[in-house]
Amino acid sequence: MNKIKSTTVPIPLDNIDTDQIIPARFLKATNREGFGENLFRDWRYDKEDKPVKDFVLNHSTYQGEVLVAGKNFGCGSSREHAAWALADYGFKVVISSFFADIFKSNALNNFILPIQVSDQFLSYLFKAIEKNPKLEVSVDLETQIFSIPDLGMSTNFEINSYKKECLMNGYDDIDYLIALNKEVKTFEETHIYAS
Amino acid sequence: MGIAAPKTLFEKIWQKHVVQAKEGFPDVLYIDRHFIHEVTSPQAFSGLHKRGIPVAKPKQTIATADHNIPTKDQHLPIKELLSKKQVDTLIKNCNDFDVELYGIGHEKQGIVHVIGPELGITLPGMTIVCGDSHTSTHGAFGSIAFGIGTSQVEQVLATQSLLQYRAKTMKIEINGTLEKGVVSKDIILFIISKISASGGTGYFVEYCGTAIESLSMEARMTICNMSIEMGARGGMIAPDQTTFDYIKGREFAPKGEAWEEAMAYWKTLKTDEGATYDKVISFDAAEIEPWITYGTNPGMGIGISQNIPDVAVNSTAKDMEKSLGYMGLSKNQALRGKKIDYVFIGSCTNSRIEDLRMVADFVKGKKKANDVNVWIVPGSKKVEAQAIAEGLDQVFKNAGFDLRQPGCSACLAMNEDKVPAGKYCVSTSNRNFEGRQGPGSRTFLVSPLMAAAAAVTGEITDVRKLM
Ligand code: SF4
Repeated sequence: MNKIKSTTVPIPLDNIDTDQIIPARFLKATNREGFGENLFRDWRYDKEDKPVKDFVLNHSTYQGEVLVAGKNFGCGSSREHAAWALADYGFKVVISSFFADIFKSNALNNFILPIQVSDQFLSYLFKAIEKNPKLEVSVDLETQIFSIPDLGMSTNFEINSYKKECLMNGYDDIDYLIALNKEVKTFEETHIYAS
Repeated sequence: MGIAAPKTLFEKIWQKHVVQAKEGFPDVLYIDRHFIHEVTSPQAFSGLHKRGIPVAKPKQTIATADHNIPTKDQHLPIKELLSKKQVDTLIKNCNDFDVELYGIGHEKQGIVHVIGPELGITLPGMTIVCGDSHTSTHGAFGSIAFGIGTSQVEQVLATQSLLQYRAKTMKIEINGTLEKGVVSKDIILFIISKISASGGTGYFVEYCGTAIESLSMEARMTICNMSIEMGARGGMIAPDQTTFDYIKGREFAPKGEAWEEAMAYWKTLKTDEGATYDKVISFDAAEIEPWITYGTNPGMGIGISQNIPDVAVNSTAKDMEKSLGYMGLSKNQALRGKKIDYVFIGSCTNSRIEDLRMVADFVKGKKKANDVNVWIVPGSKKVEAQAIAEGLDQVFKNAGFDLRQPGCSACLAMNEDKVPAGKYCVSTSNRNFEGRQGPGSRTFLVSPLMAAAAAVTGEITDVRKLM
């Protein structure tokens, strides 16, 4: 991942928890694939499994790789299935003014970029999308700039340099940790709780 | 080289576990104990299979089946096919990778966060992780314990270490004495509604003060358990004599010389005088009454004598409207006297023997209200056995409660234990999210005492009035 240009999918609600992103009854799988179908399941479909008309994912107007959500996105359960569901559905970026900790690290481990903007920027963005549902936004990971080209607006976002490198080069934590095997073994020799 | 700077408890334990610290990179943190269960581990094990590597430290890895299992007829094969497959996958993975499994029917089986402490696996000064956010429970022993995602489960299985940025530290101090009828669950529900469901994000919390020190280990676990519900990475309480007494003699606790060596370490586990936290908050225990949530996140709570506010702390009018709409409630309404349909007593927050005793004490000689279903689900086989040995099962039976077998049950409703849509459930669990206890279910989070009071009256009741 480096540059993304896309329209957005807005969900202007605060505290969207991982139980909403992927309800517990869909956690019975033993593989990582196919969760996108049940992303936001209980908001997306009614009791008879019919699409809920006014939910944004059922709206052909709103499409794209960028999800825009209210404050404290991804709170609650640590289930990584939430990140898998978002990735499987096709999201590459989530914008919010605040992310829950575990979700943030799960997202990054699945090559989804969580971008934190100010409350003010976020509410501006929601309004702009409301006015123009086809609004394009762009993300430049290298320079860490998120922008709305049509409106001439942009903002910097933070990402730690290690994770940035991982995202840009497509490698993850486990490769890094496995390479440190010797250091861990040495540490264990004197550590009280190592067996 | 001056005198070492004073450190917080969190910093001390963290430092003791850093394998590598490198500028611009997260720390490589050594993990002492890793709990796994059927729901968040299969994809991690497939990762190991794919790479052709073993579990680095099988002896520091403990598995159980809890999230997805039935709480009735556990001796029979699981009926639900997907659940069965997940549990069978765990059995196979534990076999293949040489990990000890306390599966269904095993005398040590139970909810991960209940069995760790009760078996003496959880010890002060450890780093503990599990693919479950309520791993924070183990912090009650003065350990750094936190939930992780499945990719991280794979990392720990493969390397017994994790890449982590050090959290900020927060101290929450509660002094004073709790009123009769107010218990540790009320303390934590109170704190969360004061600082909101995101007020702790980015922090590791240390709870202290006289009100915390006076609590039993099980009551402390209830508090640390729900740290995650204010967004905190985890919560911890410095170990003291109560902690040591609780651990001593438990199955996997250190014995003999190892005990002495452990004690020497454990006695260093307190925040140094003069150490600073990034944030400090204090409350007076006298402010706390039996607490209850009314909304769809744990920050939306009130004291039982209060009415629903216009807006919860850190929330918006829109959020409130959506929550109250879902719950079928309105602003300024009192919850007292509200009719309810279900009572769930269980979950890693409140399913330990003390919780069951507290409930049994209260309901002894009473009966549940006619049109209420009451499920009581012990946290582990050991809790279940203890409850039967003490005759609590008879008390529950006489009261008309349905005593089930150990598991997560209606806390997340992955199994059959679901609250039907639109129904109200008074619950001792930790989350009141939309649909958490079944699609369309409506949850009120409370203490075991408040749950017992609701069970016998059939409505939300201030338990103090019945004591
Ligand atoms: S009881 Fe509930 S919160 Fe606890 S581990 Fe089970 S599902 Fe998670």
